[in-house]
This record gives sequence, structure tokens and C-alpha cells, in this order.
Amino acid sequence: MSKFPEALFLAGLIAAGAAGIVAVSAEEPAGAPLGLGRVATESEVAAWDIDVRPDGQGLPVGSGTVLEGEAIFEMQCASCHGDFGEGRDRWPVLAGGFDTLTRARPEKTIGSYWPYLSTVYDYIHRAMPFGSAQTLGDDEVYALTAYVLYLNDIVTDEDFELSNENFTSIEMPNAGAFVPDDREQEAHYKTGAEPCMVDCKPAPAEITMRAQVLDVTPDSEGAAGGQVD
Amino acid sequence: MTGEGTSRRSFLMRSLALGGAAAFAGTGGSRAAEGGDPAITELKDWNSYLGEGVVARPYGTPSSFEAGVVRRDVPWLTADATSSVSFTPLHDLDGIITPNGLCFERHHAGIAEIPPDEHRLMINGLVDRPLVFTMDDLKRFPRENRVYFLECAANSGMEWRGAQLNGCQFTHGMIHCVMYTGTPLRYLLEEAGVKTAGKWLLAEGADASAMTRSIPMEKALDDCLVAWKMNGEALRPEQGYPVRLVVPGWEGNMWVKWLRRLEVGDQPWEHREETSKYTDLLASGKARKFTWGMEVKSVITNPSPQAPITHGKGRTVVTGLAWSGNGRIDRVDVTLDGGRNWHEARIDGPSLPMALHRFYYDFEWDGSQLLLQSRAVDDRGFVQPTKNELRAARGDNSIYHNNGIQTWLLTADGGLENVEVS
Repeated sequence: MSKFPEALFLAGLIAAGAAGIVAVSAEEPAGAPLGLGRVATESEVAAWDIDVRPDGQGLPVGSGTVLEGEAIFEMQCASCHGDFGEGRDRWPVLAGGFDTLTRARPEKTIGSYWPYLSTVYDYIHRAMPFGSAQTLGDDEVYALTAYVLYLNDIVTDEDFELSNENFTSIEMPNAGAFVPDDREQEAHYKTGAEPCMVDCKPAPAEITMRAQVLDVTPDSEGAAGGQVD
Repeated sequence: MTGEGTSRRSFLMRSLALGGAAAFAGTGGSRAAEGGDPAITELKDWNSYLGEGVVARPYGTPSSFEAGVVRRDVPWLTADATSSVSFTPLHDLDGIITPNGLCFERHHAGIAEIPPDEHRLMINGLVDRPLVFTMDDLKRFPRENRVYFLECAANSGMEWRGAQLNGCQFTHGMIHCVMYTGTPLRYLLEEAGVKTAGKWLLAEGADASAMTRSIPMEKALDDCLVAWKMNGEALRPEQGYPVRLVVPGWEGNMWVKWLRRLEVGDQPWEHREETSKYTDLLASGKARKFTWGMEVKSVITNPSPQAPITHGKGRTVVTGLAWSGNGRIDRVDVTLDGGRNWHEARIDGPSLPMALHRFYYDFEWDGSQLLLQSRAVDDRGFVQPTKNELRAARGDNSIYHNNGIQTWLLTADGGLENVEVS
């Protein structure tokens, strides 16, 4: 439109510079703060920050007994998890399975596998009951956590009361059994050698197992007991 | 038009089927009936009649002839479809980008349907300023476009004890690869100001599972994205609309969907999805935790049990996918004899770090029974192991991180089967 486009362009550049606008093209965008977002209020953080850690950080003030937990469990949980945490149909088993972790078919439950009680409280509170999550009060979650301990024989007194005061004194049986990721130390990774290309096996490969024999792919009947989670 | 069109179409389908059967019997190539192939000599509806106009399909969908290319599930795997998984139809796809509508799903409380105006992302914990962002706020941060694979930690998990499911969709389909658009997570963290004690980040979803995972701050500041687009369009609801976390090269569970909160802390939270789940039980009874990286892996996607060879012997294209959470794929080898002798395959298309790679191996099939495998090598020098090597190191009960070499038995009739070999 202008007869002097270059002049206009220069004027624009000068104006932009004066206003503090800097065009960054090839460079990494400038770091924070960009002044985006707003400060979260205390009540907003309190509404969403419900997580609990193994050291007890995040536990709300409250308490509940095994007996109170049993009543809540029967109402809210037993239809899937069974009256004793044994799990109905394919729903998760919550109790038992001790000393099965080295067996061919291990049973990984809260009692036999979970390392921290804090996870029990946190997960029930944030995600259970399945389909109506975050409807349980703090004391109800303490009571349910106490009842799950009872189902797993980790506490044996049905009058036992779990609270934010005594919570971190509870030790889970399998707490010491978790190790950091050391996959790179495995023999097949350690070598770093060029893989074999020719005559890599002394004899022709033989078939040792066939999925068709198991026949559990969809469109067929039956289950083989695999799991994805 | 309709009646005649239908009968012509069904005739066409029949003749296609017959042609396929004839080729299958070993004559090979396309054959012309006496007087010529009706696909050529007959005037077809689409040669003559008008098709649909523009915007007849405002959001286009695949051809009706591709109706079988869909996500599938394995109902017996889980107790309920809302905490379950579906599988990408890898055997029908090519290239390295997964179409959005076919990306496998993994939910723990169903698909959250969130109006973007009501979605918020909070940063709190060990920060100078706890912050709340709207979706509009997020879209004002500098953006990046990155192609990454997302693989469920449990991909191939049903195969730890042996060959179980017949088809790479089921054995390897808990993976997809798209281009994400979003902002580096570090920009958001810098906006809040991470305190020096902040060594860990908790990411949390807004769905009814309120999924949480602990992520070391080093990774969070390195290459993680907060993404709101996939393959150029908004995330699909089942992939976390309106916003998800992208954790390149690491197990899919950590890519928290419907991302609503990031908390900075001085130690990991040890939540359900990193204690009860996504820990890998070893034969000793010990279990590995924080096994974040997805290891070097590959699979032949076609031919495979869901995609038999129908053209008979002769020129044959073997294709598949390779990937590594460590970086790029340097090489893929293919064997036809169950791992006795290997041939270097050809990688085609972009080779991007922590993305799917497409490989091809073209050969003359003599019609004999073969044992097909692929073996990937990544740019850190890691070689994809056999399943037996993995089992020797870990036992049968790890569930997660099965990157063992897959074997397909190709039989003389062109069919394929999931097998294990000595």
C-alpha cells in the first residue's frame, strides 16, 4: 500500500524495539518468567494436593478403626474385592499371597507385595471406589486402610485404630524387596559386541511353543491368565 | 444406480477374491480372464457417476474397504473395559506415524471428557510461586514439534511365559508414534521457579483414576513436553484431551493424560502406579522399581498372523517397526531361519530419536516354511535380546518391559503363526 515499504518496515522495527518487543527466531526462546498463569490460592492447592508419601507427608489429621473399616468395606468395596479382600471374578485381590513371589504364579497383594502403607491410603483416597472416586472422607480412608492391614494380618486387633499419629510406625512385609533399575547390567546387554550374522546356531531352529495351541486370541474362547497391569 | 451398483460391486469383490485364490495357488501375478480383466473392460460406477461433493464428509474417515483396520481389545485381559487396553493394528499400517484414531488406548478409569474451558493445570510444592494455568495460558508458551513413540510398559507382557496371542496387533500393539505439539515442561517449571530441594516431580491426571507418577527432575527439565496436539490436531479424548505429558523414551504409564497438576518435591511419592504396578518382579522375589526407559525393540508387522501372504511365492516384502527409548535405531537385521543367519534390513523414512523406525526386507520366497524374526540395534549399541535371554535374567513374572525378539512361523500356504523357537 505504501509507496515506501522499506521505510515503513524500518519504522515498524524501531517502534517494536522501543516497546521492548524482540523478535527471536533462530535462538532458543527466552527463559522464564514469561508472566503466564496466576498464583494458585491456598484453597485451590488444598483441594487438589491430596497425595501422601511414605514419610507421611500429606496425611490429613484423622483416624479410623478396623471395625469401622470392616463396615465401610462391606458397603463400598466387597462387591468387587470380596468380603475378605480375596477379589471377585477378575477384580484385584487385596490380601494374602504371602511367600508366593518366587513361585510360578505369584500373588501380588497389598500384604505380600506393596512396600508402603502410604500408597494404600493415597490410592483408596484418590481412586476408589472404582466409579465413584474421591467420595470417601479422611476418617473413612483411615478405617479402610486399617481394615486392609487386618485382612493381611499386619495388625491382628480388630479394635486397632490407625491415625495420622501412628501411621508411619506401620511397616509393610515386602518393604525391603524393591531394587533400582539395573537392567543395563544384564548379561545380554553387557557384551556390546557385534551381533552374530552367519551360522549363529549349531542346528536348525526348532519350534518350542505355538500360540495356536493356546488359542486365546480374540475370536476364540477361553483365557490364559495373562495380565497387562 | 443403487441396485445395479451393488451387484456390480459384489461381482467385483467376488472376482477379486477369485483372483486372490488363483494367485494363492501359485500362478502368481495378476491374471486376465478370457477377453480381459473386468476391472478394466467393464465400465464401473465410479468411472461414470458423480461421487459425493466437498464437505459430504466434514471430518474424513477411511474408505469403507478399510473397515477392518481398527483398534481391538482382548476382553479376558482385564476385569473391566474402563481400566483396560486396546491395541493398534500395526499389521495394517506403514511408515512411522500412527493415525490418531488408531492409537492404542490405556485408561484406568475410562475416557475423561473434559471441556477445555474448565481444565486447569496447577504447579505446586517446592516452587517459588504455585501457579494455575488455563489452556489459553499454555498456548502462549513457546512451542515445539516432536515425533516420539509411546509404548505401554506392558507391551508384549502377555508373552513372557511363551507364545500366546496370534497377531502383532496383540503382541506388540500397545504402541503408537505421533508428532506432538506442546511446550517444554521446563518452561512451566521455570515459570513457577523450582526450589533447589526440588528433585522430583509428581504428575497427576484429572480423570477418575487421578493417575500419578514420580518423575526425576533431571528428566522433567530435559525433554518432557506438555502437549495439546497430536499429528497437527487436538489430542483425542482417549489420548488425554485437552493436555497430556510427553516423556520421550519412557514407559507409557508416565505420559499422564488429562494432566491437571505438577507437584515438585524432594523425594519420590511411591504411588500405586510405581509400587503395586510398573515394578518388575524378578525370579529372586525382588522387584525392580523405576524401570522407566523402554528398551531397544522391533517386530515384523507384515507378513504376520493377521496379515498372511496371499500372493504365493516370489517377490515378497517383509516390513516392520523398530524403536528404542535410548535414541535412534542404527540397524535392523531380519532372519528367515529362526536366527541362524541374518540379513541387514533397509530402514526407510525419518530416523528420529525415540521414534518408530520403519524397516523393509525384500526377498524371493520359494514357498518353503520359514521362521521370521527381526533384531534391532540402537545408537547406544544395545542389541535387542532374545526372549530366552530375558527370561534367563529376569524369570517369567516381570509382566513389563518384554523387548524380546518375536518369531513368526510362515507356513507353505502363506499363513503365519506366533511361535517360540530354540
